[in-house]
Parts: sequence; structure tokens; C-alpha cells
Amino acid sequence: MAEPLETTIRSPLAGWTPHPLTGIRLAELPFRTQVNLRLPAKGPAADAVGLELGVPLPVEPGTTAGSGELSVLWLGPDEWLVVGSPGADLAARLAARRGAGVSVVDTSALRTTVLVAGPRARDLLAHGCALDLHPTRFPTGRCAQTLLAHAQIVLVAVDDGTSGAEPAYHLLVRSSFANYLADWLEDAAVEYR
Amino acid sequence: MSGDGLRHATEGRIDRGTVLRFRFDGTAYSGHPGDTLASALLANGVRRIGTSVRLGRPRGVMSAGSEEPTGVVQLEAPFPDPMRPATMVELHDGLVASSLSGRGRLADRPDPARYDAVHAHCDMLVVGAGPAGLAAASLAVRSGARVILADERPEVGGASPDTEGDDWFDRAGARVLTRTTVFGYYDDNYLVAVERRTDHLGAAAPGNLARERIWRIRAGQVVLATGAHERPIAFAGNDLPGVMLADSARTYLHRYGVLVGRRAVVFTINDSGYRVVADLAAAGVEIAALVDPREATGGTVGGQVGGRYGGHVVVAAHGDDAHGHDVLSTVDIEPVGGGPTVRVDADALLVSGGWSPVLHLYSQSGGRLRYDEVVGAFLPDGCRQAVTVAGAARGLTSTTACLVDGVDAARQALTALGITPVDWSPPSVGAGAEGPPPATAAPGGVPDLRFVPAEDYSTHFVDFQRDVTVADVLRATGAGLRSVEHVKRYTTAGTAHDQGKTSGLLTSAVVGQALDAGIAELGHTTFRPPYTPVSFAALAGRDRGQLYDPVRVTAIHDWHVRHGARFEDVGQWRRSWYYPAEGEGLAEAVRRECVAARTGVAFMDASTLGKIEVQGPDAGRFLDRLYTNVMSTLAVGAIRYGVMCGLDGMVFDDGTVARLAPDRFLLTTTTGNAGPVLDWMEEWLQTEWPDLAAWCTSVTDQWATVAVVGPRSRDVLARLAPGLAVDAATFPFMTWRDTVVAGLPARVCRISFSGELAYEVNVAWWHGLALWEAVYEAGAPYGITPYGTETMHVLRAEKGYPIVGQDTDGTVTPQDLGMAWVVSKKKADFIGKRSFARSDTARPDRKHLVGLLPEDPTLLLPEGVHVVDPACLAGGRLPEPPVPMLGHVTSSYRSAALDRTFALALVAGGRDRIGDRLYAPLDDGRLVPVTVAGPVLYDPEGARRDG
Amino acid sequence: MLLIRCPWCGPRDETEFHYGGAAHVAYPSDPAALSDEEWGRYLFVRENLKGPFAERWCHTAGCRRWFNAVRDTLTNEILRVYRIGEPA
Ligand SMILES: [Zn+2]
Repeated sequence: MAEPLETTIRSPLAGWTPHPLTGIRLAELPFRTQVNLRLPAKGPAADAVGLELGVPLPVEPGTTAGSGELSVLWLGPDEWLVVGSPGADLAARLAARRGAGVSVVDTSALRTTVLVAGPRARDLLAHGCALDLHPTRFPTGRCAQTLLAHAQIVLVAVDDGTSGAEPAYHLLVRSSFANYLADWLEDAAVEYR
Repeated sequence: MSGDGLRHATEGRIDRGTVLRFRFDGTAYSGHPGDTLASALLANGVRRIGTSVRLGRPRGVMSAGSEEPTGVVQLEAPFPDPMRPATMVELHDGLVASSLSGRGRLADRPDPARYDAVHAHCDMLVVGAGPAGLAAASLAVRSGARVILADERPEVGGASPDTEGDDWFDRAGARVLTRTTVFGYYDDNYLVAVERRTDHLGAAAPGNLARERIWRIRAGQVVLATGAHERPIAFAGNDLPGVMLADSARTYLHRYGVLVGRRAVVFTINDSGYRVVADLAAAGVEIAALVDPREATGGTVGGQVGGRYGGHVVVAAHGDDAHGHDVLSTVDIEPVGGGPTVRVDADALLVSGGWSPVLHLYSQSGGRLRYDEVVGAFLPDGCRQAVTVAGAARGLTSTTACLVDGVDAARQALTALGITPVDWSPPSVGAGAEGPPPATAAPGGVPDLRFVPAEDYSTHFVDFQRDVTVADVLRATGAGLRSVEHVKRYTTAGTAHDQGKTSGLLTSAVVGQALDAGIAELGHTTFRPPYTPVSFAALAGRDRGQLYDPVRVTAIHDWHVRHGARFEDVGQWRRSWYYPAEGEGLAEAVRRECVAARTGVAFMDASTLGKIEVQGPDAGRFLDRLYTNVMSTLAVGAIRYGVMCGLDGMVFDDGTVARLAPDRFLLTTTTGNAGPVLDWMEEWLQTEWPDLAAWCTSVTDQWATVAVVGPRSRDVLARLAPGLAVDAATFPFMTWRDTVVAGLPARVCRISFSGELAYEVNVAWWHGLALWEAVYEAGAPYGITPYGTETMHVLRAEKGYPIVGQDTDGTVTPQDLGMAWVVSKKKADFIGKRSFARSDTARPDRKHLVGLLPEDPTLLLPEGVHVVDPACLAGGRLPEPPVPMLGHVTSSYRSAALDRTFALALVAGGRDRIGDRLYAPLDDGRLVPVTVAGPVLYDPEGARRDG
Repeated sequence: MLLIRCPWCGPRDETEFHYGGAAHVAYPSDPAALSDEEWGRYLFVRENLKGPFAERWCHTAGCRRWFNAVRDTLTNEILRVYRIGEPA
């Protein structure tokens, strides 16, 4: 019965081929490793986790920290989401830190990531996101848990575009909401076709 | 009046080189780009464009803007749209409209248009792009602020237009929203606007553009440069087509190149009427008379005037036999206080009763208004929100004053934002666009003339759309009403489109005169959003159809669709309801699915159950306080059923708790309650028990769950999980195992919601479909059958398992459900415990969950039906209401296993009535007998759970 | 639409929040020691003030933190916010 995982794994938005748009690029970035951490923001546990990750846990609300493929998103005063590339061994490494006042939950399949990129990315998000995403207010490296239309998302400003690169945002959405989110994005994007 | 010559040769901002064709009431007309429907109709000599709603009187166009109360039409093409002011309908080729008598018609077909919404943020929102607004926006842009400038007109520049700021306003520096009406001003500088994006394009509108867009704007500072509305004066026949607000005639001339008549009488109580005289006379309109109740009218007015009537008023407007009685032909003029009547021929009577600053948004923002005796209108008087009023909206009258005031307002607002305003002011505007000429003709303030005294006030109109006259208002005060709010409700003055725009002050003035009270003390009626009507479609935006509410689907959803499942919505989830085979309805399919689960094997997608992981050294203590039973004693590897109650002791949720490690638990919640349960847990942890080291993480969407149910479920699992010892002794009921199922890392729980041998297999969400398909394949030799929520409900109800939210309603304790066993007697405290000691929760006549068996085993009781005691029946019939009821049916099904129908019900003292006969009154009048039973109707011994 | 300042995330639209009723109504240290009337008062009776009112809110769609806010029930203005455990 045992089969290689590659043939059985299926992302929430498998089969979604976004309609081509002008100035906006949509794509699913599936299977990224995600680990939910809960622990006191200061103290030996936080230090140890920071060492394990190679970056200190960001303590400023709405910020991220990271190096390379790894990024740590501030979700709350005692809560972070560690995001890595698909198949990363983060969950196992961090699981070793569980206990002693540290909660570690593998949530890799809990959310998928939708990339919204391009010069008009912010315009598209503004149809459903009440946050001010202007680069002065939500610059590269900021994250926020908020609503896009009626779906809760974790929004990450991967690049605010001010340095000349293409603006890019990650929308981390719960798997069961992913189809709604994609449908909503497609509908809001009709004007950008 | 024919349309010949009503279009001025050069004036206006229309494109004379392009002809647009349109139809009104079946007649073909033409106009030009830049026209509104109103200006094009006037240019074609069409004066009467409607009939009033109550009195059936002829009505024409009164204004040139959104305050229009009478020129309201039905659009027929390109798409039916009721009650649109013709002054705000931009002309396009192919437009078809018709007149109305006060009521429009909704479309008889679905609206194909798209609607949109967008959030926007700015340092400064400027509402109104007349002189003051343009100047304010311009300074803010130059000072580096993020600026949104919104105006309801198609272009900036204001009403007449007085200025476009062409040479000094940097459009690119601001977000300029034209055709955009800011209609609501809410808390914390949150303003909502509607942008009309395609109507003016007619058939040429691109299909992918939303017709209307709602803007939700959060502004640091707001500058309201919303201008002023000219007021009518009430006199006999002041509603006749041809009677118009005076400055509108200027707008028709300067914006549309339309002469509103050839021979006009101007009736004004303030200086602004004089600039109308000047401009119209210069454009070739004969000014037959200038009527001003103020005494002297001897000075310069800048144009030829037939008769000068200082100290006079217009007392009546009439039609005549020659021109018809539905348009203006003559105007009667009398000295103030009475005297000989002069009758003057005219086809336009242009009235200025003064100006009302447009303070609807300001008032909505919480701003106070104060009546100013000099200006003769309400003015802004302070607001706690970050808002500044500029220009005509605070009573200024000249263009120059408005420009200067706009800059001042912006300077204040920028300073409050911490932005340093640059040193800039707009270049002085051209002399021709300067405000009213010096009032040499009629010095002095605004006389307090709102309505012209008469014997009969029955055609002195106050609210032209609602057909409210001075007589109606006097009837209201005569009936004892003293508040303008009450008069508004009594007469409907100021409702509908008008919202007090043209009627507000007039109504207050009539009330004031009747009660001998000042307008200042009477105040004004409340301004509420929306400022102008907004379509429901626009408000709904894209929250309609499929996108109305998120549809949550599981990883296995596509399989259910492919296999013909019927779905039901449970909270936001779309769940498989049943899987009909060829020719089956609900009853047949559910019967087949139930038989499979009870006699063979069946499987269902249970991924929607809420799942919460709780970690931390105090996790067990925490759960002991949340659940009514003890969780801290649960062994690692074991699972326990638990109930959570509110502080009032009423059941809030139920589910299972699996202990994954000494400091690690996995909870399940009911499908619809996962969010509230997590919120509840966080609330207690954060607010009452911050000392507990325990953390909760939602993992609902991390796991896909497949329930494999039935006597052959063990065989199916054994095939899929060769490494797992599946025998009952090694893998007992209410335990879990981590293993590999179908090659996938899995957690298998021996939980049953049906009473049968059953397993819940959990894998990562992204493996859900693979697991489901593997189970389907492995179960094929046993005839494995997919089942949905309906079968799940039947199976659990046969076992008496309640569904929180269906069999409970927030008034039901665990004891009421017959689950006293789940309520710990040992724990010192848990949420709800104290409430179980209240006398009310110990009453013997509380409603208990029991089974009900209809005496006719084929009769399916409707859920929700009441049950009554036979003792209350008289002659086999229900007594007169109120009928004492014992309770109601909460669940009702056909059971294959019992070969009959059955129900669960909450019945007062139900457990003491087992075996009794009660009656259920049905909608068709029948009283059907039912027998009370225990809630567990199938396998009460629990012999089936080990297979 | 109120703009509510989450003490952690900063100002967010009201729709991201969940209202939690009066603040500073502590769970009794020993509920069993209370009379039915005292327990009923704790459960069901709250002040309905006109003016500044301390209440609890949760940033449900954001950081999921509960916090306290003083809102003027007359004007709907939120006068200040403070974290759980911080002085009122
Ligand atoms: Zn927050």
C-alpha cells in the first residue's frame, strides 16, 4: 500500500490556474513547512528557540524575521509562525523544544500560501483588505493577521516594491478557505484582465 | 415650448460635434456628450417630465444637481433603474427613459452588472471639488499629503463651474474620484462613497468594469467642501414645470449651454439672484422681471431687466390655455403685505430663497449645527471628529472667499496631521467667474421670507417629491405636533431623495411660524446616511452568490462532487448530505447508507470537526476547569468524551479529548463551534488564568478525517494499515494510535458516533483525498458506502447522542440530556459547576431529552413540533390558546434499524414520563399520539461498538 | 466603523474584533460560597452606563488577544485601551 508521498499529496488549490492579469501575478505556493510556536517572548526558552532557528523571535508586533528560506512571523505576543520551504525539517527540530513552557504544533497543512505579486498587487488586495498597505505603513517584512474579504489570512509584505523589485505579498490562508479566497481573488481581478 | 434656440451657441462644456440619440417617453431626441438627461430634455424644450406621487401634478426639473426633488425618472435602457434624478444621469447614446408618477419599477430581470468595493486610506479626504475643495486638495498635495478628492459630478470645478483649477491643481498628485458621492460619515473618520463607473458609457461600457464601486475610506483628516443648496420659496404653484432654483439656470447655461427659458422672471431674497440675472441676460434671455422683497432694487444688476419689483414677492405661478396648464406661462407679483397684482408672462421663474450649506455629512459625523440669523441657515458648530468644513458649506458665497477658505481648512488639517503646509495659495480666479456682483441693488441681510403668505396654502410646496405643502405642515402643527422630527414623520417632508436638501429649512420655518418659535430653537431633523440613494447591489458589492459567505470545503470535496453528493451547509462548511444512487431520493439513499453502516461498512468525511491542540504543563488542569468531567486523569493514548458548559451551566459544546502526551491534548469540537470554543478557551486563559502554562492552537485545517464505520470497518482498516494491531483487545475503544494508513502518516482514533465499531483516521489535510480514495478501494470488497450528514444524524440519534445546537438550545444542562455521568462530583470547581447548585437547574420538571415513538410507525414528526399532555385535551381537541406545551421535537428521522420513525424531544419531566402517551399537534390540525421512550433506541446495551 | 486600537497590533477595523462585555468582572474566588442571588448577580447583572465604560474586546481576526477598552457609550468613542493585567 505504501506509495511515495509525491503521488498522494494534493494542495488545497491544486488545479487552480489563475487567469492571466495585467500587472498582477497570482500563484499558489503549496506545501510550505509551517510550525506554530507559543512561548513567553522573553527568557531562556525564547533564546533557545532563536538559536535553533538561527534568528531571534521578532518581538515587535506585526514584524517578521528570517534568513534564507526561513521566516518567522509575529502572530501574537507569545505566538509565532515559523515558515520554511516544503519538506524542511523544521517541525521535527522544533518539536524537540516542546515542553518546558514551549508549545510547538506542526501546521504545515493547516494553511496554504497564495502569492499576489506585481505592480497592481496592492490595488487588488485593497478590494478586500482594510489595512493600509502603502509602503510607508506596511513595508517589506511586515506581517499581519487580518481579513481579506471574509477570510482570515496572515498577510506578509515580502517586497513592498520601493526598492525597484516587483511588489509581492504572501497570503497564508486556511486550507478550507483557500478555494473561497482564490474565487474571490479571481472575481476581484476581473478588472485587471 | 419647442427646443429651437434653447441651446446657446458657445456656452457650456458639451461636445457639440458629437450627437447622442436618446428616447424619453417614446420620443426620440438628441443631445451631446457632457449633457445630463435633464439638460438634454431642457434643450429639447421638454418641460414636464413627471407627475407627482400623491396629487398627480405636473413636475419638471427644479435643479441641476443631486438635490433634484422632482425630475426623477425611470431608466429603461440599457438596464431598468428606478427613480433616478435626471440631473445626475449623464447622457449617452441609446439611453431610454420614461416619466414617473412618483414610484419607479424594479427591473424584471437579473442585473448583469458587476459591483465592486475597495478600501482606501489617506491623510486627507476632501469631499467636494468646487473652489474650496480644489484649493484644499491642492495645498495638501503640494505639502506631500496622501489626498483623496471626491466629487459627485463628472468633473471637478463645482456647480457652475466656477473654476476647474486647470492650471494649479495637480490631478496626478491626488486620487481624484469623480462621479463619486460620499454618502456616509461614520465613526473614526470612516467615510463611504459610491462611484458610478460605467453608466455614462452606455453600451460602450467594458464588460469587465464594475458598474458601481463602494469606497470605504479611512481618513486622517476630512475637509468637507460640500457646497450649498439653493432653497425654494413656497408660493402658490411653486411646483409648476418652469419654476426652478435660480442658480441652476446659471449651471445649465455655463455647464451645458442650455437656456432654461426665453423669458424669465427672477424671484430672489438674496444677492445671488442678481448674478443669475446678469449671466442669463448676457446669454440672450429676456429678464421679464426681477422680484426682491427687499425694498430698493435701483442699482446696477449687470443686465437689461424688464420690470424691477423691489419690495415685491411672487404670489403665484400659472399655466394658461395657450401653452397648457402643465407648464409655466405667467407669474403673479404683488407688493409685500398685499396690493395690486401684476401678471407677467414668462416661461421660466427662477427662485432663490437663500442657500443652505450642505452639512449632511458633517451632521452624520457627529458635528453640531447652529442656526445663523445673518446667513439664514444652519452652520457647522463643532465636531469631535477630525473634520473641517470649508467654503459654501459654511456659508461663504464668493468664489474667492471659498478658495481662500479651502486653503485655510487644508492648512489646519495638515497641521493637525503633523504635516507642514507649504506656502501656497491659488492664483486669483478670472473676473468673469467672480462670485455675485456687489449687492448695490439690494443692500442688507437676507429677509426671513420662506413662504409667501396666502389664504390657501394647498399648492405652496415644501417637499416637492412627497407632495407636502405648507398646508400639510400647518395641519401637523394643528394636530399638536411640536418637534420637527414629528412633523417630518407626520407629513413625510424631508424623506425619500430629498433628505432635507431643499425641504429642511422650509419645513422648520413653517413650523416656527405656526408655533411662533425660532428656527434656532426648533433645530433640524437628523441627517442620516445615505446622502443620496445608493443601490443595494452596490452595497452588496461582490458579497453575493457564491461569494456571499465563504464556503469552506474539505480536502475531499471534489470527490464528493464527482460522486454526486448532495450538500448541506453547516456553518460555513459545505458538507456531503447524502449520496443518492440512480433514482434515489433522500429517504432511500439515507436508508441504504444507514444499512451499510449498521451491517457492513460505510465511511464519511469528518474533516469539518473542530480540532484544537492544547500544550503545556498545565494543560490538564486547564481542561479540568473547562470540561464538566475530569481530563487530567486521562492516560496518554486514551480518549474521553467531554462536555463544556457556560457559566450558567448550559451545554455549550461537546467533543472528544485525546491525550497525546502528558502535556499535550487534542480536542475536537462540533463543526460549527470550533471558532467560538477556541475564543472561549483563550478568554479564560488570558483574562482569568494567565498563571496557567497552557497554549491552544487551532488545527482544524491541519487534519483531514475519515470515519470508517460498521462491523466490517476493522477489516478495511487492517488492509490499509498492516502495521497496526486492530483487534479490540490491543486497540480498544476510546484509544488512539499513530501509525501508517495507506502509506500515509496517520492518527487512528477508535471513536464511534454511531454505536458501531468505528475508526476515525486522521492524516495531513493534503493527504485527505488520497486516504479517502484508498479507503474506498480497500473497502470495495465489503461494499463500502460513502455517507453524509443525514445518515450520521440518524445513526447518532438512534443511539440518543445529542447534537449541540440541534437538541440543545442554550437552556439545556448535561443533566437535562441524561448525562449526569459527565458532570464531575469530585472537582472543586469547573465552568458552570456553581450553576448546577441553583434551584432552577435542580427542578424536577426541567425538560429532559427523551425518545418519542409515533404510534403510527410510518409517521415522521416534523422537527420543532410541540408535544402536549393528554390531560389538557378537551374532547380530543386542543384547548383554547395558550396551550400548555410540554416540550418540542428536536430531531426526527426514519430508522432502517428500528424499521420505523422516531424522534428525540425535550420534554418537561420527560424521564418520568417514559411509556406515557403524549400528543403532537401537526400543522394540518391532526393530533398524533406518541409514546415517550428513553433516548437510546438502538443497541441500548452497547454491544456493537467492538464489532 | 470604529477604528479600534489593539494594544498589540495597533488600529484595526471594528470587524476584526469581538465584543466581550463589561471588563473587571472577576470570576469569584469561591463560587460555592456565594448565595444563589450573589451568583446570579455575577452571571447576569451588569451596569448599563451612559458615559465611559470599561469593557473587554478580543482581536479575533488578528492576534487573538483579549484586552480592555474604555468606551464612551454616549459617543461611541474609545477613550483608551490597555492590556489585560495593566491598570485601568
Ligand atoms: Zn491584535
